[in-house]
Formats: sequence, C-alpha cells, structure tokens
Amino acid sequence: MEEATVQPAHVHAPPEGFIRKHVFSLDHKVIGKQYYGLALVAVFMGMALSWLMRFHLVWPNTKVPGLNLLSSTGAPGGVITPEYYLSLMTMHGTLMVFFVLTNAPFAGFGNYFLPIQIGAEDMAFPRFNMMSFWITFIAFGVLVLAFFIPDGPPISGWTAYAPLSAVGKDAGPGLAWGQSLWAISIAIFCVGQLLGSLNFIATTLDLRTKGMTFMRMPICTWAWFITSAIGLLAFAVLLPACLLLLLDRMAGTSFFIPSGLVISDHLQNHAGGSPLLWQHLFWFFGHPEVYIAILPAVGIVSHVLITNMRKPLLSAKVIIYSMMSIGFLSWMVWGHHMFVSGMNPSSSLLFSFPTLTITIPATIITLIWLGSLYGANLQINAASLFALGFVSMFVSGGVSGFFLAQPSIDIYLHATYFVVGHFHMVMGVAAIFGILSGTYFWFPKMSGRMMNETLGKLHFWITFIGTYCIFMPFHYLGMAGNVRRYSSFVNDFMAPLMPVHKFISIAAFVTGAAQFIFLFNLIYSRFRGKPAPENPWHATSLEWSIPSPPPWNNFGGKHPVIYHDPYQYGVKGSKGDFVMQDSPEQA
Amino acid sequence: MASSNYTQVVVPPGLGGQDRASRSGIWVGIFAITMSFAAFTSALYVRQGSGDGVHIVLPPILYANTIALLLSSFTIEMSRRGIAREVGPEALGLRRGTDWLVATLILGLAFVAGQYQAWRYLAAHGLYLATNSNSSFFYVFTAMHVLHLFGGIAALVYLIRRLVGVRRGFRQSLFDATAIYWHFMGVLWLYLLLVMSVRL
Repeated sequence: MEEATVQPAHVHAPPEGFIRKHVFSLDHKVIGKQYYGLALVAVFMGMALSWLMRFHLVWPNTKVPGLNLLSSTGAPGGVITPEYYLSLMTMHGTLMVFFVLTNAPFAGFGNYFLPIQIGAEDMAFPRFNMMSFWITFIAFGVLVLAFFIPDGPPISGWTAYAPLSAVGKDAGPGLAWGQSLWAISIAIFCVGQLLGSLNFIATTLDLRTKGMTFMRMPICTWAWFITSAIGLLAFAVLLPACLLLLLDRMAGTSFFIPSGLVISDHLQNHAGGSPLLWQHLFWFFGHPEVYIAILPAVGIVSHVLITNMRKPLLSAKVIIYSMMSIGFLSWMVWGHHMFVSGMNPSSSLLFSFPTLTITIPATIITLIWLGSLYGANLQINAASLFALGFVSMFVSGGVSGFFLAQPSIDIYLHATYFVVGHFHMVMGVAAIFGILSGTYFWFPKMSGRMMNETLGKLHFWITFIGTYCIFMPFHYLGMAGNVRRYSSFVNDFMAPLMPVHKFISIAAFVTGAAQFIFLFNLIYSRFRGKPAPENPWHATSLEWSIPSPPPWNNFGGKHPVIYHDPYQYGVKGSKGDFVMQDSPEQA
Repeated sequence: MASSNYTQVVVPPGLGGQDRASRSGIWVGIFAITMSFAAFTSALYVRQGSGDGVHIVLPPILYANTIALLLSSFTIEMSRRGIAREVGPEALGLRRGTDWLVATLILGLAFVAGQYQAWRYLAAHGLYLATNSNSSFFYVFTAMHVLHLFGGIAALVYLIRRLVGVRRGFRQSLFDATAIYWHFMGVLWLYLLLVMSVRL
C-alpha cells in the first residue's frame, strides 16, 4: 500500500494569545476538547430533561419547584402540562442524538486523537475544523434558544415528523418559532458535521505518516474514518430535508403537507405534499446516524479492551471489515423505521432483510470481543469496565433489534416502550459507555493527570446496574402494550403498570445522580489528579509516544516512522510486554 | 503590471500530504454535494407522485446561462494551463492565466445574473416559489446551485487577489481544487437542467 508523506511544514503557526489558544483555536486537540465540552453540557441538559419527564410520568400533578420560571405556560405553577412533556421529550432527543452522541465519540475524541494516531501534526484543513466546531456551537445556541421564547420548544419529537412539524402554530405549542429554531439549528448542525467529516476523510487519506499504512491504523482511527464517510452522506441528506421543511413552514410551499388538512378548525393553505417524503429523507439520515453514534464507540472499546487484555484481538482486520459492512448496510435499512407509516408492505420486507443482515457483522464484532476476552488477563480499571459495559449494552440492546426488524412483530411493538428500551440501550447508553470508557482511558493524555480510579469504578457500577434497571423494564412495558410518547398513564388502563414506571423513575434519578460522581472526578482530576506519565497504560499507539498533554504540534516537529501494526501486545519488548508502533525493535 | 511581480507566485504541487489533501478534500466535498442534490431529486420524484404538478415552461435564458457556464469551464482550464507554465520568459503564462481567470469570474457572475433574470421571468408569469410543486422545485434547484456556485466565485476572487493584490502567492493545489469544483458546478448545472426539462 502506498505510504503517505508528511507535509514539509506545519499547517499553522504556534498559537499565541488566549483567543487563538483556547477559543478560536486551529489546534485539533483544542477543537476536540471543545466538542467534548459542548457534549458534556448537552448531556447534563438532556439528562435533566429526562428527569423531568420521568418525574411527570409518575407524579403528573406534582409541582416541580421553579419550573414555572422556565416556562409559565408549559409548567404553570410548576406542574408540567402534557404538551410541555412533549417539548421536553423533543429537546431531550435532539440534544442527546445530535449534540452528545454525534459530538463526543466522533467529533470530540476523533478530532483529538485521529491526527495523532496517524502521525499527523494537525487536521488537513484546520480552519474548516475550527469553523465546524463554532458552527456546531451556533446550532446548539439556536436550539436552546427555543426554551426561552414564548412559544417554547417544539412538541414533534426529535424526528420532527411532518405534517405536525411543517404546519406551524395551529398544530400546538412550540410549533411556531420553536419548530423553526429546531429546523434552523439542525440545518446549521449539518453544515458543521459536513465540514468535520470532510476534514476527517482528507486527513486520514493524505496525512498518514511514513509507514502508517491503512492496515496499521488503530481500530478507533478506522472507526472515525468509516463514521466520517457515513456522516458525509447522512448529513448531506438531512440538510436538504431541513431546508425543504423550513420552506414549507416559512415560504408557503407544500413539500410535506398534504391537501385538505384541517388543524384546529383551520384548513391549511397547502396542497399535495407528502408526509412520507419527510420520513424517507429523515430516516435516510436517521438510521446511519445510529452508526455515527455507535461505530466510534466500537472503535474506542476495541482499542481500550486490547490495551487492557495485553493481547491482540482474534482479528482486528475482521472487526474493521465488519465495521465497513455495517456502514455499507446502514444505507439500505431506513425503511424499518416506517413499517407502520403506510408504506407498501412489500417494501417493508425489502427493508427487513438488510436490517436482519446487519446483525451478522454486529455479531461477528461481538464474538471477536468475547473470544478475545476468553483466557485474557484483563486489567480491571474504569476504562475497561466501561468497555465491558458497552459490550453488554450492545448485546442486550441489539437482541431486541431482531424482533423489531421483522414487520409483523414491529407493527405491534412500534409505538410502545419496547422501542424506547431498544434504542436507548443499543444506541444511547451503549454509545455513552463508549464515551465514558474513552474518557477514563484518554483523560491522562488529554489533561496530563490521572482520574481517580475508585470513583471511576463506583461510577461504573451504579451506572451499569442503573441503566439495566431503567431500560430492561421498558421492554416489558412495551410487551404489555404500554404506548410511548404519552405524558401520563395514571388514569387509564395502563394504571396497573405504574409500579414499574415508579421503579424506572427512581432508577433514573439514582443513575443520573451517579453522573455527578463522574463530573466531580473529571473536574477534580483535571486540577488535583496525580500527574500522568507519557504512557500510563503501556499502550502501543502513537498518542502514547508523546508527552501528556501533547505539545501544540503533537510530535515536536518530528515525523514518526511506523514499524508495526498498533497491537503488538504479549510480546517481549524493551519496555515490557508490548512494542510501540514507532519502535524499530522487532517483536 | 511588471512581469517580475508574477514570478514565484504559485507554489507548484509537491509530494506533500497537504497538496494531496486539497485534492481529496474537493472530491469529498463534491461527493457530499452530489448526495444533497440526489436527495433533492428523489424529493422531486416522490413529491410528483401526488400528481398535482403543473407543467412549467423553462425560461429561455437558461440556455444562454448554460453556454456562459460551460464557457467558464473552458476559460478556467486555459487559466490553469497558463499558470502551470508560470516559469518562462517574463512569466507570460501566468499573466495570461490571470486574464483567463478574470474571464472565468465574469462568466460566473454573468451566469448568476442570468439565473436572476430567469427567476424574474417566472415571477412575471405568476410562478412563485409556493405557486405549485414544480415551481417550488425550480426555485429550489436553481437557488441551491447558485448558492454552491458562490463558493466557487469566492475561491476565484481569492485566487485573483492572490495573483494581482498586495499579498501574493498560493498553492497550485488550491487552484486545481478550485478548477475541479468549478467544472463540477457546470456538470451539476447540466444535470439539473436535464432533470428540470424532463420533470417540470
């Protein structure tokens, strides 16, 4: 394979001044941390919203002190209205999917570590990189603004199904300016992600250092590379969809709004639009988005597991090829979100088959992890525990996918909590476990200090048990016919299920509270943690060959030369049972 | 302008990763834009399934605009060849290259002005963005194409400034990327024109 040559000079000068160093920085490491920081803010906001939802589901008429200050109409006297519950749900989903699950594992860690892991001094286009973060930041600001306008946040869910999302204020609170802000925010977000993906691809293709062939790239580098290819295509479709939605809302067009639609006694002045068109465009982005969230986590977890097993995987190559297959198949399955949307039943079958096929590469990846763990002397630390937790969530959440992939079963389960349980486990919590595993693993490199392991393990056990307590019962609720998106069940036929809901809510409060242990650990360790050595985990990839934290130009102006694949563990090297990628010694 | 000012303006493409990244980057960008327009096209096909489309006659000026844009692809290619022959007696190639580049910019702006005329033509015939689904798609296709063309125009302005302005010099790879993008804008326009003639 052709070897890349490093550019003769650094792509930008050393940063000077506070603004260039920390705000409008061109340095991929600073931009990575900015993405991570934004995701951290978003995840705690999203979590707070889920607490409010869980509280309302169980105690619908109880006041939440102070909530009326946020929205006097959505929570008059502090009691959440059913409509405001939907607003909270929309914002929870949007914040989590876009600003957490896309930002942290892909844009955050990817920005920080992809250039270092391939031996580059920075991304290919540092200015685009800086723009991509600040565009994302603006998108976040626009979205959050929806909380503070009289209209409030939209009630159409993170999927913004038309015509509900397209018709405007007649359809309910939050659907005037709130929904417009949502669509503008997501359109801006797409631009940021497109710039980011372009950067990741060009960097991986062209800035690999001498000896860094494709197959010598770490699995997580591969994961970011494949994810950027998926992101490039997915966000390139969501952006036009959002533009058409905005035109329907603001310019009177009828892309998504059908004829003769009467809402709140008003005949809508639109004709001939197709609500299914929105679903097609949205899910053509939406399903690949699942892999944008999960593949970087697969990469991170593989990287962490190998390092802590002190031996290579059964086959790193097969994991890489499986990730590619998942990426490829992700384009053929979007219709499985629409089995109950009124598609031709024959198309359901067409979408069901590739969906079931995706379980093959996913199962191969899992079996490689489990097979490699068998007989391994796994080092137990917070990073490896969260990696194991990821595997567990990935399997538990993935298994319910078998059921939902089949139209005949999905028709029954689609509108129930079964689906909520499924996607929270396999996409939401699993990706979060990947992010947390990556955080405990790379924090020493990023900050120059170690995190507290005891607090990390405590954080893991509460989170691990807690998430099972929250999301496993969701599946049972779904099988019992508990519909989703309803704000309250106390006064109807689902009242007998309330004890389960109470259990889930309490588990959610406890698990959420445990995240403050993590936050404390993160902030405390940043300033008071034990100083981190260059290579605390005795790992082999390039990020561990440079100081912690790395200098602005990563390798101090030198260009590393690569001699090995990244997983030379369980060998006799001069430093121990491993040989670094840039070490010329023979393993 | 003194010919000496032109010499050593353009850094020829080396073997460096940065040069190759510019080229890969532009192809990746083109791929993404193609995907966006594929989404718009499939939206058109799905939307027309409703059967409420009203045929619209495309403004004749579109064909003149097409010729302008195709000519500009020719002029930017001439410019690229001139600039690639930068080193020579009095850097004649570079000077001619600059002239061709200015011609490209003028043709590009003429195309945009022509598209504006096309919108005015449709509006004069009572066809606005929200009049019917076909007119909606006409405005969306043409406006999105012009929006992307502005990116190319910005790059042309930057290159011309770097050729004749106070701060001079750019990488040849940046010029190559601009030229590739500009050609793509022409190809994209031909595709959109075809789709619009067949479907609207």
